[in-house]
Amino acid sequence: MAKRSAPEVNAGSMADIAFLLLIFFLVTTTIETDSGLNRKLPPIEDVVDPPIIKEKNFLPVVINKYNQLLVEEKIVELKDLRSVVIEFLDNGGGKGEDACDFCRGKRSPSSSDNPVKAIISLKNDRETAYKVYIAVQNELVAAYNELRNREFSRLYFNMQLNFIEAQKIYNDPRTSIDRKLDLKSKLSVVKEMFPMKLSEAEPSKKS
Amino acid sequence: MSKFKNKKGGDLPKISTASLPDIVFMLLFFFMVATVMRDSTLMIVNVLPAADQIQKLDKKDRVMYIYAGRPSSRYTDIYGTGARIQLNDKFATVEEVGAFVLAERAAKRQELQNVLTTSLKVDGQTKMGLVSDIKQELRKVQALKINYTTRLGDYTQNFN
Repeated sequence: MAKRSAPEVNAGSMADIAFLLLIFFLVTTTIETDSGLNRKLPPIEDVVDPPIIKEKNFLPVVINKYNQLLVEEKIVELKDLRSVVIEFLDNGGGKGEDACDFCRGKRSPSSSDNPVKAIISLKNDRETAYKVYIAVQNELVAAYNELRNREFSRLYFNMQLNFIEAQKIYNDPRTSIDRKLDLKSKLSVVKEMFPMKLSEAEPSKKS
Repeated sequence: MSKFKNKKGGDLPKISTASLPDIVFMLLFFFMVATVMRDSTLMIVNVLPAADQIQKLDKKDRVMYIYAGRPSSRYTDIYGTGARIQLNDKFATVEEVGAFVLAERAAKRQELQNVLTTSLKVDGQTKMGLVSDIKQELRKVQALKINYTTRLGDYTQNFN
């Protein structure tokens, strides 16, 4: 009997099957944009006696319903906000135990004593657009990051990193635990030099 | 002679499609790896504002999402054009946010319940009033870690 070769399976429809799967995944795919500004909300509690804050340690930032930005009741362009905030935080006008030995500001007595004392208050109207609010938040974070970068590079210059890069390494799950502990202590030192004290008032109801 | 028969003038030679499945499979695997399944259909316009001082969000199982924005065009004749909150697959009122957070929290594993982040995916055009209301609700249920989810970009993009 003649030797018959095994019948070949027709692979012509393979491409169709693969296309079907491909189209399914194409349709269900979303490229995720999961990053943003992290914030911590204050817990609801009755403040028995609010701490006394000196007026000069306080920077009121208001976004009104026309999406205008007011810092200390004067209109400020958004592009100038970062430098205004840095100037306020880095002023270091305090004397005695409030003195700030690393600040490089003007040491004006009418601006903040120490970055630890400085508080930024952000207030918005109910009619403010969310994207303007985010832009302002972004600039406030940028101001803090710039100062923290400066101090991190100054204190730990042999690491060749700035604050943001160090934080990124710290948050990377591939970093070893020893390295993380080391970074954590260094990051918290810098964070304590420039603690982010951002107070958000309840939005004004009247319009 | 006929030994070297001239084949010219016949049909065009067929292009082999044998490698087509390989190519398609390659694409398929790429999309399979890159895919994140969309877990809720968006019923709102959701153009996130831009920011550049951003941090990556936590792992996916530690995050719950709250969407807000005006209803997308196919829903406007039912729901109007005012900004609304979307939780999972349906529109919700501000009062429902608290219950949603508690339900989401209860569904997570015990050790994750204290480290949950709430991601606010809010359309850039939304008024802050709605966002403040959501934040107030979150404070009531002690969901204090939030993330204003944005896309990467310069802040000046928010003004056009």
